[in-house]
Amino acid sequence: MSGRQDPGSNDGGKSAPELDEIDTGNVAHDAPEGYKGVLSEHARHEIDHWLTKFPPDRRRSAVIAALRAVQHDIGGYLTKEAMDAVAEYIGLPPIQVYEVATFYSMFETKPVGRHSISVCTNISCMLCGGEEMLSHVEKRLGIKVGESTPDGRFFLKREEECLAACNNAPMMMVDHVYYENLTPEKIDEILDRHK
Amino acid sequence: MSDEVNIEVNGVPMKARKGQMVIQVTDANDVYVPRFCYHEKLPIAANCRMCLVEVEKAPKPMPACATPVAEGMKVFTKSPKAIAAQRAVMEFLLINHPLDCPICDQGGECELQDLAMGFGRDISRYSERKRVVKDKNLGPLVSTDMTRCIHCTRCVRFTQDVQGFQELGTVGRGEMTEIGTFIEKSVDHELSANIIDLCPVGALNNKPYRYRARAWEMTQHPLISPHDAVGTNIYAHVLRGRVMRIVPRANEDVNETWIADRDRFSYQGIYSEDRQLKPSIRENGVLQETDWETALQKVAEKLGRIAKQHGGGQIGAIASPNSTLEELFLLSRIARGLGSANLDHRLRRTDFRDDASDPLFPSLGVSIKELEAQNSVLVVGSNLRKEVPLLAHRIRKAALKGGKVSFINAQRYDYLFPVAGYLTSNGIGSLDHLVAVAAAAINASGKTAPASIASLVGQAQPNDTHKAIAQQLSEGERRLILLGAIAQRDPAFADLRLVASALAEVTGATLGYLPEGGNAVGAHLVGFLPGRTVGGQAVASPGLNVADMFAAKLKAYIVFGAIEPKLDVAAENVSAALEGAEFVVALSPYSTAAQFADVVLPIGTFAETAGTYVNLEGRWQSVPGAAAPVGESRPGWKVLRVLANLLDLPGFEYTAADQITADIRKVIEEAGAFTAKAATRTLQAKSAGAPVVRDVPIYQVDAMVRRSSALQNTREGRETVRGQNA
Repeated sequence: MSGRQDPGSNDGGKSAPELDEIDTGNVAHDAPEGYKGVLSEHARHEIDHWLTKFPPDRRRSAVIAALRAVQHDIGGYLTKEAMDAVAEYIGLPPIQVYEVATFYSMFETKPVGRHSISVCTNISCMLCGGEEMLSHVEKRLGIKVGESTPDGRFFLKREEECLAACNNAPMMMVDHVYYENLTPEKIDEILDRHK
Repeated sequence: MSDEVNIEVNGVPMKARKGQMVIQVTDANDVYVPRFCYHEKLPIAANCRMCLVEVEKAPKPMPACATPVAEGMKVFTKSPKAIAAQRAVMEFLLINHPLDCPICDQGGECELQDLAMGFGRDISRYSERKRVVKDKNLGPLVSTDMTRCIHCTRCVRFTQDVQGFQELGTVGRGEMTEIGTFIEKSVDHELSANIIDLCPVGALNNKPYRYRARAWEMTQHPLISPHDAVGTNIYAHVLRGRVMRIVPRANEDVNETWIADRDRFSYQGIYSEDRQLKPSIRENGVLQETDWETALQKVAEKLGRIAKQHGGGQIGAIASPNSTLEELFLLSRIARGLGSANLDHRLRRTDFRDDASDPLFPSLGVSIKELEAQNSVLVVGSNLRKEVPLLAHRIRKAALKGGKVSFINAQRYDYLFPVAGYLTSNGIGSLDHLVAVAAAAINASGKTAPASIASLVGQAQPNDTHKAIAQQLSEGERRLILLGAIAQRDPAFADLRLVASALAEVTGATLGYLPEGGNAVGAHLVGFLPGRTVGGQAVASPGLNVADMFAAKLKAYIVFGAIEPKLDVAAENVSAALEGAEFVVALSPYSTAAQFADVVLPIGTFAETAGTYVNLEGRWQSVPGAAAPVGESRPGWKVLRVLANLLDLPGFEYTAADQITADIRKVIEEAGAFTAKAATRTLQAKSAGAPVVRDVPIYQVDAMVRRSSALQNTREGRETVRGQNA
């Protein structure tokens, strides 16, 4: 899709029909209660719980928690349907959910493996062997940082920041759960547990 | 306790209101502070940092747009510290901005370009890679070059706060931040193209205008948009006689700084392929091009003969309500000169029973600006957002301020603001709902019902919604009942109006109208009506209204303006009447008039003629023509003047449009005060109850809009076409 056009063309709308069959994302056009097919009861329960923590006119505040719950629930990354469902459930324009989902690095908006692994290589972990741990994970899974295994089981996320567990370095995070004082054997055992 | 705060800017003392931001005070006092993200009509974001100024005792430069004034505050906008901060911000903004001004449509009218001249460095110190952003497809109206974006978020805030539904957002983070919709999606709101003007750089531009002209080559001409009765102020940007684009002309009282997409892109209809380029005459059943003299002679001769042989009553004249005041005035005088009172511009009206109770002109009842301050509004029969987008915007503001806005409509339309009550024709018609509201109001007030509606009110059974609406209309200072275009097209319009005026009387609310067409008010003022002449004076022997004109199958018809009978006239038998007539002359910009006319005289569209439009507040707005007439077409008033001369009618010695305007003012003044006639009105039989929807889609309202390819390619436009084919 290109925004640039032939300078000779007077028809500004030429490219428009491409949009024809695409969902508008407008509340007005979407079927009401479409979220029901996407959000599990567990996810809805979780969102309801977070909504109670904010004033009734600040429902937008629950978006992060809602997206986290849904991402875990549906297999490691957020689909458009999932984000639209969250938007409808909380009562926001979908774009406001997309904004949050794309801003925070904890959310994946492209297909990735269902278990997300982050190996910390920041300074404390690096000094205690974090980089060796990372290469062990890479070797074992046969993928590089930023890739997913072909069977869709693991996603080795690029972690930019210190994960704040320096006291027990080296460490990694699998599905947002911390595993500390790592050794290669321990890593093998942890990965085996995640099917 | 005074709300006034004294501050000092660059050593000059200034008065400010408490809570104002520094930039609002400097703007009001003509002290220049550079800015990108600040816009007076949008909420404050303070994310471009271009407006950094020095404030005494503040450790760091402060953004003028987000720094509230305080007593004794000393601000320096041009101190070395302020300038250094502004220059530093500029350098950062230019890091990722492409140097493509020579091929950028914004070049020459670009806020970034202007400020870079003032605050930029001559040489970039940045040697790393620049960022490139993929362009988005936002639909047929707005082109994108997102690499140019500086993330001021004006467009995002516009969709969120002015449209009321956020369509654009900031996606991603840090250097990867992009403005967009995330998913592939067009921006669909009827005001969406205003983001073109808001964008301070060339990221969002006018798609149909893309690469057509440079800003400095064009001349700017004020115009009035004729598609609705708001009287939206616009500028046409003209290159070698051709309108290249339309931009808003700020008028706080009318359209603020916005225009609807319909106002912006309808100009494509001026250069539609089916413009009538030369006068044509039907010879042996086929329309053939001819010269002006022959065509006008023919028209004069035919009309003159029919008037003589059969009487002027056999001539009917209909005019588009988008015509100029001058055109309507001259045509009405020609028709009356020929002895005909068969004049009408209310082309989609079907119920004429209570014409006598028309006001002088269908007025909004309040000023457009006052709409924002209404405590409660009841809209009857109107697809508000699509009929009058800019009034919908004002009413939205009223609703957000706590005003109670309710609707009675045959079907439910979406409004992007809190709606207090919504009565759709759920088995019962709009009239019944209105009666129920009136009954509730009468019961609550303890007054007796006006005799004309007493029987109906007696039978009504108001429910809680009816009662709530009646209550809203009785409370607060400013209350308004609006009869929209759908109500005016209703076959029971007279009844709707009768009940609405009774409701207004009981509650003390104002009754207003949303007339159709850019100059329906002007048409009333000059008496382009069967029963009235200039200034609303009643005529001795009323002529036929538009429906009766076609039912009566007259000998001759004059069709003025871009009227396409099938789409624009609600009356029945129009085609048959036109076909059966001895003579039909069409004064139209478009050759589709050839389908029904014996003579087609090509006239200019709104951009090609000088003229006056009177909006629904009664505001007169005169503009000179902007563009050269296409082909051999001529401004309508000139054609009418020559025609009148050929018909030997006296008093048509005009040489300029403003002479006609002056004349109209004079005759309206001489006509004397308009006295409302208390018409005897009785209700027709109770409405059948079947919901009647006579909605005209937003991009189908008139022939010009229907010819704008950009508008027809919008979601709204395409859905309409799809609906018609289905």
